[in-house]
Amino acid sequence: MKTRIFLAIAGIILTAAPSAFQVTARTIVVGPEGDVRSIQEAVALAQDGDSILVSAGVYHEPTIEIDRSLVLHGQPGAILDGDTERGLLLVTAPDVSITGFVFRNVGVSFVEDRAAIKVDAGHNCYISDNRFEDTFFAVYLAKTSGCTVARNTIIGRAERQTAAGNGIHAWYSRDLKILDNVIRHQRDGIYLEFVEDATIERNESVDNLRYGLHFMFSDRCRYVDNLFQYNDAGVAVMYTERVEMIGNRFEHNWGSASYGLLLKDIDDSRIVGNVFLDNTIGIMAEGANRMEVADNDFEANGWAVKIMANAIDNIFSRNNFVGNTFDVSTNSSRAYSSFEGNFWDRYQGYDLDRDGVGDVPFRPVRFFSLVVEREEPALILLRSFLVDLLDTLERVLPVLTPESLVDQQPRMRRVERTTPRHQS
Amino acid sequence: MKVTRHILAYEVKDLFRSTWLIVYAAFYALLTAGLLYYGGGGRAAVLSLINVILTLIPLVGLLYGTMYLYASRDFIELLLSQPVSRRALFRGMYAGLALPLSAAFAVGVLVPVAMFWSTIEDAGSLLMTIISAGVALTLVFVAVAFVIANVVEDRVRGMSIAIFVWLGATVLYDGLILYVVNVFSEYPLEIPVLVLALLNPVDLARIILLLNFDISALMGYTGAVFERFFGTWLGIGLSSLALLVWLGVPLVLGLRRFRVKDF
Repeated sequence: MKTRIFLAIAGIILTAAPSAFQVTARTIVVGPEGDVRSIQEAVALAQDGDSILVSAGVYHEPTIEIDRSLVLHGQPGAILDGDTERGLLLVTAPDVSITGFVFRNVGVSFVEDRAAIKVDAGHNCYISDNRFEDTFFAVYLAKTSGCTVARNTIIGRAERQTAAGNGIHAWYSRDLKILDNVIRHQRDGIYLEFVEDATIERNESVDNLRYGLHFMFSDRCRYVDNLFQYNDAGVAVMYTERVEMIGNRFEHNWGSASYGLLLKDIDDSRIVGNVFLDNTIGIMAEGANRMEVADNDFEANGWAVKIMANAIDNIFSRNNFVGNTFDVSTNSSRAYSSFEGNFWDRYQGYDLDRDGVGDVPFRPVRFFSLVVEREEPALILLRSFLVDLLDTLERVLPVLTPESLVDQQPRMRRVERTTPRHQS
Repeated sequence: MKVTRHILAYEVKDLFRSTWLIVYAAFYALLTAGLLYYGGGGRAAVLSLINVILTLIPLVGLLYGTMYLYASRDFIELLLSQPVSRRALFRGMYAGLALPLSAAFAVGVLVPVAMFWSTIEDAGSLLMTIISAGVALTLVFVAVAFVIANVVEDRVRGMSIAIFVWLGATVLYDGLILYVVNVFSEYPLEIPVLVLALLNPVDLARIILLLNFDISALMGYTGAVFERFFGTWLGIGLSSLALLVWLGVPLVLGLRRFRVKDF
């Protein structure tokens, strides 16, 4: 009896198996001179798991909906052109992979968020090694999970904020990976809204009209080793919890309303090992609570850190403050955050016991920065003899600067960094 | 005019014979070289240089100007006994002091900057701005010194007034601006503050120099207003006009006094 059942089961498996394995992926080749001349046609022919190989050529097609799990690969020279009037790919199926294409000329739309690749509820998508030229929105992810966007080059032509799209735009998505992309001349380089558990690593977001990186309501995301340069307004992080920003470079975000990093209503986050170079404001913290800001370099910024009175319980330690016009500025006479063991190039104290820590506390808030915080036109006196005099007086006999905003253990030497960084 | 030239030439020779001018040039050379050497040609070094220029040039112009005029009293009396017009003498004296001082400053800054040329960002335009600001300040404050020395007979009083004028231009005036900004903080102050700054040559020079460093971006709205103002021909015209007034009014006053003065 037992052997019979066994044989029956074995028989079923043997007969069923070949048909199960039969769906091994087919590859459909699309080319200007082949049997299949349009990608649209190829998608219609394909089944879940098939591959579509697109040969070199310029393809002008209506927006292509990819509604099954396919692997699309463009050979060098495969170009999808939107003739400035339509989006190019709309992905609605899971497990779609799109690699090796050039997408161009999507064109500005004031009605819809038109994108070169729009993924609508497609999970585990994989978009890599593509080039996007003048594509309004380049990659637009909505309601996805587990997608990867890697090694793409996105070059926009944004001139006005109202007529520009974002490089990589994600909305209501989870477990994203955005790695090694190069993004230029978009509105926001990377824009995340309601995104959770994303990893953003080694991207270059440069020359964008608004923010290099802009994210809101996106908890538990990690930003590692990215480069944000020459963006009009820098990087903005808003209404978010538990963010990790590690080893990024924030550089040359210089303008009358620019920030290296703008933090607004951020809780329990870590900002570690970043470089803030030549920004109007290195870090602007408004309503940022319980953050760890450690091992960062602040160099040649207008304001290294502007911390408002509604930012509470933040800890700044082992940072280097070098060559900034103002090191720390605040709008309150009390300090709700603590500074410990940082290096300040303005520190003039001594170290008798030679333990590397200054014996006299350092007050990073200059008298003049308080004046300027209250009355901006006073900035006309920057570097005036009188102001230097008043600063020195205030340092010797603090009257106006916040009593408790003080670094009790200022370092005598710059904190040396050992971790390798993103090279600019 | 010929007489003026003669006097000028004599003055210049006289000045070069005294070591003061050499020391003055050498001081700027050493300062600039030191700052550039230790500051690595960066922004910080140039900004420190600007700070020194803005405080020191008015001081030297005022003190040296009054001192020199008091010391040349005998020489002036001698020349006035000859057929030399007072106007020509005054011109010659002024040019003979202001030009060498300006030249000493320019050379003092130029030589080290030339040595470190390649390490400085955008060296050409920076040098132009620094030198023209320095020269303008020298011309203005030597002229003011000439008024003081001509009006006030007592040299101790004259020197004290010179020091007070220096204090006023570099420190007290800024205190006044700070006070105004504080008192009228409820009002839009960009334009009034701009006008106040235009009225003081030291502040004017400082702002023009700092605008060169992109510091305007740091100033938010205020900075945008200033930059727009100084970027237009109106702004450039008005600031040049302000400097010319600062140069012309003391010269006219000084000359008027010099012409009727009883030596």
